[in-house]
Amino acid sequence: MRITCPLCGDRDRREFYYMGHETYLNRPAADAPLSAWDAYLHLRDNPAGDTQELWQHEAGCGAWVVVTRNTVTHEVKGSELAETYPREART
Amino acid sequence: MGRNTTIVRANYGIDGNSEFYSHSLKLWEDMEQELNYNTMMSQRGIINLFHSDGQRDAFAKRGNMMISQGDDAIMLGRDEIREMLPYISYDNPRFPVYGGLYHPRGGTARHDAVAWGFARGADQRGVDIIQQCEVTGIDIENGVVRGVQTSRGPIRAKKVAIVVAGRSSQVAAMAGMRLPIESHVLQAFVTEGLKPCVDHVISFGMGHFYLSQSDKGGLVFGGDIDFYASYASRGNLHMAEHVMEAGMALMPMIGRAKVLRSWGGIMDMTPDGSPFIDRTQTEGLFINCGWCYGGFKAVPGSGKCFAHLMATGDYPPAASKLRLDRLARGHVIDEEATGSQHNLH
Repeated sequence: MRITCPLCGDRDRREFYYMGHETYLNRPAADAPLSAWDAYLHLRDNPAGDTQELWQHEAGCGAWVVVTRNTVTHEVKGSELAETYPREART
Repeated sequence: MGRNTTIVRANYGIDGNSEFYSHSLKLWEDMEQELNYNTMMSQRGIINLFHSDGQRDAFAKRGNMMISQGDDAIMLGRDEIREMLPYISYDNPRFPVYGGLYHPRGGTARHDAVAWGFARGADQRGVDIIQQCEVTGIDIENGVVRGVQTSRGPIRAKKVAIVVAGRSSQVAAMAGMRLPIESHVLQAFVTEGLKPCVDHVISFGMGHFYLSQSDKGGLVFGGDIDFYASYASRGNLHMAEHVMEAGMALMPMIGRAKVLRSWGGIMDMTPDGSPFIDRTQTEGLFINCGWCYGGFKAVPGSGKCFAHLMATGDYPPAASKLRLDRLARGHVIDEEATGSQHNLH
């Protein structure tokens, strides 16, 4: 499987570290209710289909990338740098 | 239940898990008699190798927990291991063998025989198993479950249980639930049949590599999950290579054996690597999930504890801590000690 790094191009999956769903980008406020923190850390839609997830190009440029990938076919459909990926408003 | 690497053991180190797997192993020991079916249960012993002082201490702690449950755990030194396992690589420069935690009552059982045995047992007890019947919806009225919709029509029920492993999120969504689960692929491998050469279940302390020899002679082994979310039921080459490297580092004698088949399944990974047996917010709807890649050894314990909960409404002592809300309450059961991330367990 190849992951597209926006800076380096298509690179072998072995060059990347996978963290999980792009939910991790939307950290709740420190005083957010427990339910917000529980949802952020633990609960996931976990779709059988297209999903957005965080990969780091660890053995390459080191960038964090939000990859759109299908969890049934593993097809990589797009990627963009995490630093410019739209975030949810903090609640 | 499809294929798995057939290991049965009760060597968990954390409160919540420890009593559950102890309970399950005792049920395994009576299972063949109760089901009147030969599941080829083989308590050949499992040895968890360790390769540093720190790892030795961690396994000693786990062994003490096992003994506190009334189970068997013996710390073996390097020389004692060498007498039992002469064929492993002792002086690997990165992972020298310091010793191992030995659990004699652990071992293997035939994966498909267990399924057939339970099918026979269920049939004899009046349970209907409807095959080729997919649940397509869960009917809920005013917070109470009423039944399910299926590809073969509706089924009314006062109590509904969800036990679907890697597909738990998809089925739970039919009840408006989000679960603390991310589905991942785990690969496993079998070699051609060899003359008996490995008499125990062995785990390599470098990571997740483990191996045993089936009664048909094939070496059955595996390692880590592929580490990215997947419903594909097929694994990738990077992890296949890593598993083969680990096997060669541990026991170079297997190098000429041909890998006959490999497969991948869908693992319901949780943020702490431990499972859930609980009721849900919907009255009459129960869920049993989050076994990650370790469900086979849990089979009898999981079934019995879940049935107890559904029948009586009470949590059985062996599964009283496996609650859905334990993560929110801070009662994390993290055997791997790797922290809150689904793919790290």
